[in-house]
Amino acid sequence: MSTYVLNLIAVRLLIAALTLLIVSFAVFFATAMLPGDTATILLGQAATPEAVAGLRTAMHLDDPAYLRFLRWLGGFLSGDLGTSYVNNVAVADLIGGRFINTMRLAGITTLFSVPLALTLGITAAMFRGSLYDRAVTILTIGVISIPEFMVATSAVLVFSVYLKWLPALSFANDVTSVWQMLQVYAMPVISLTFVVAAQMIRMTRAAVIDTINTPYVETALLKGASRPRMVLRHALPNAVGPIVNAVALSLSYLVGGVIIVETIFNYPGIAKLMVDGVATRDLPLIQSCAMIFCIGYLSLITLADIIAILANPRLR
Amino acid sequence: MENLVEVRDLKVEATTDSGRRVEIIKGVSLDIAPGEIVALIGESGSGKTTIALTLMGYTRSGCSISGGTVRIAGKDMVTLSERERAGIRGTEVAYVPQSAAAAFNPAQRIIEQVVEVTRIHRLMPAEEARQKAVELFRALSLPNPETIGGRYPHQVSGGQLQRLSAAMALIGDPRLVIFDEPTTALDVTTQIEVLRAFKSVMKKGGISGVYVSHDLAVVAQIADRIVVLRNGEVQEVGATADILTRAQHPYTRELLAAFEPKPRGEETVVEERKVLLEIKGLSAGYGPIQADGQPLVRAVQDVSLTVEKGRNLGIIGESGCGKSTLARAIAGILPASSGTILFDKSELEGSVRQRSRDHLREMQIVFQYADTALNPAKSIEEILGRPLMFYHGMKGKQRDSRIDQLLDMVHLPKTLRHRRPQELSGGQKQRVNFARALAAEPKLIICDEVTSALDTVVAAAIIELLKELQRELSLSYIFISHDLSVVEAICDEIVVMYGGRKVEEITPAVLKAPQHPYSKLLFSSVPRLDPSWLDTLELDPELVTTYGHR
Repeated sequence: MSTYVLNLIAVRLLIAALTLLIVSFAVFFATAMLPGDTATILLGQAATPEAVAGLRTAMHLDDPAYLRFLRWLGGFLSGDLGTSYVNNVAVADLIGGRFINTMRLAGITTLFSVPLALTLGITAAMFRGSLYDRAVTILTIGVISIPEFMVATSAVLVFSVYLKWLPALSFANDVTSVWQMLQVYAMPVISLTFVVAAQMIRMTRAAVIDTINTPYVETALLKGASRPRMVLRHALPNAVGPIVNAVALSLSYLVGGVIIVETIFNYPGIAKLMVDGVATRDLPLIQSCAMIFCIGYLSLITLADIIAILANPRLR
Repeated sequence: MENLVEVRDLKVEATTDSGRRVEIIKGVSLDIAPGEIVALIGESGSGKTTIALTLMGYTRSGCSISGGTVRIAGKDMVTLSERERAGIRGTEVAYVPQSAAAAFNPAQRIIEQVVEVTRIHRLMPAEEARQKAVELFRALSLPNPETIGGRYPHQVSGGQLQRLSAAMALIGDPRLVIFDEPTTALDVTTQIEVLRAFKSVMKKGGISGVYVSHDLAVVAQIADRIVVLRNGEVQEVGATADILTRAQHPYTRELLAAFEPKPRGEETVVEERKVLLEIKGLSAGYGPIQADGQPLVRAVQDVSLTVEKGRNLGIIGESGCGKSTLARAIAGILPASSGTILFDKSELEGSVRQRSRDHLREMQIVFQYADTALNPAKSIEEILGRPLMFYHGMKGKQRDSRIDQLLDMVHLPKTLRHRRPQELSGGQKQRVNFARALAAEPKLIICDEVTSALDTVVAAAIIELLKELQRELSLSYIFISHDLSVVEAICDEIVVMYGGRKVEEITPAVLKAPQHPYSKLLFSSVPRLDPSWLDTLELDPELVTTYGHR
């Protein structure tokens, strides 16, 4: 690997760090702009003005905004996510278990949806214009058009209410056997796969078809190569860049966008925690969740960029 | 002797954007004997590549074979199944594409792509295939035959890639090789090497060939027979020598006439010789400015030249020699990093933004691709009206009549004024491109490869037009081209550039023969219509190693 590539990757990482700083700025001030005074909310309508003033000083709420921002950012970087306003528990402890749950759900969905989507996308491109390709296309467009709550509630209706095969709610914490795990995760994973896979299938198909139309794939055809060989050996390696970007974009949805699915299945994940945080105006919790979503999103996109750089033989 | 290839009454249909079926090949028949090389020649759109590809049972998307037979060694490629065709491709019929740079997969090493045919058809073990590839590299006189296969396509030059793609075609021992304009994208000095390599390998192996080209001189060197095509129909077939000397069909004669060298006569007698443009020590380039005030990549270095009023200067050189950068620096599109530009006795600013409107008006530039230079959303009237408005403030009736005049000057019918560029042919678009420059009433027009994208016959007509306009309007041209015959046809002085520097200035009327070794190599590398030219041509090997990019 040349120093040029290392430089390129270093620049990507630097840009990611800079983006994160700007995002943290936005997150902090967006939450700070939420209506209502924190001290009044905490103490309730009946609090005396003295008590409110005392709490304000104790919480440094009277400090200038940039000081509060720096204090918050410094804490965040050193792992101190602050304390929940609602129940006085460290935010890190609140998030901890929930975060692992969300990552588990996201991980299982990834393992399930990415191979499925790539296979469908690549084979659809390979047999472009065939009945199979059209079936895949209609199916994916259909799935994109149906909102996830529709998929999730229909799944609950069919599998839990009528067929009684699967539990309607996911209690991820009391899983003891593989069969139980399958039961718990089946519906959330299927609902999420519906959402993320459709986009990946479309993008993969488009990226592969783009490279199929190049002269070097035509040359492979004229060398007598079969269709699978043309696509897998000549088109696909040159479509890696766009495909990993499409995959990263779709998967980043899993980090933060699973709110509806978590709520419907009552899955104890981080998105549901954030919704609860909004309901109780728990600012430190909201900020931390928002930052975690952003970090997840950024690392996926940056990773995709780095893979695209490494996959380009011109830079090797 | 039985023919290897027998094409009978071949018809190919294409589907247009509107869904209509159009016949693009209208009943073509041709034969190729074993060991014979047949050239398909014609302008763009004549169907030469389409016919060549049907020999592999392949048509590009949107096209399909609608009738006739294509027999290769007795098997009809039209009726075979896709699997049977794939079995023939690469082993019996092989293809050398027009642009090798695009035909190699950028993500794979060259050797893997060259031996892929043997792997697909299970012809030989991998090690044997590699040995054979190296032998072919050597036969095609590629440098470092043992190791060149280990590189990626972007790491070798265009001429090398073209020969590597020939190796890729030859590794399966095909009986027929299709060459699709394999040297069109190459410089003339490189073209000779590639042509020689192709010819010797084909003759040694007794392989039949189909050579698709628009260049009669190149074809004359390699083909035994020539098939002249136009609009999907065969116009004339004959042995190479017969076609070149005793062409029957008027279209073939037209093609040949376009090739006749028409050196510029001393017709423009200028009363007194006045310097119009004088450039001294001009340098220009790309990238960040370095400590010495020069850019990182110096495309043009220390070039001085003069253009006299009513006389033409040709700038010639290979791709990458800096000739287009020089044009951009003179026009101010890319400000020169040093040097002075004196135009009509006043010094010009380096950047186009700082030049006065009059200076801009007096020096116009015409680009190679009229397709991209003309705004596709505007009508011809608007395209020509804009400079009239901008430079001369013309409006209404006055502008309308001037547009008519301009169209008349470039020999286009007035009815064209309401059309859009995509409704015109390539030659018509280039004329509009020219009329737009004329609208400014310039003293100097810089022509950057204006005929390179055009077919031979159309290009010759454009050159005639340029000469005529010069007589009428006493213009001067700077004519930039890689094609020596074009430059010789119109220019009084020729500047030869190499590696960003001016190596020689020649005045053909005074002294025809170049003196500088590079110019000698360049001038002698231009193919002639004589079929024995390539075989008898002797190039100083020292010159070739010094200046040939190989």
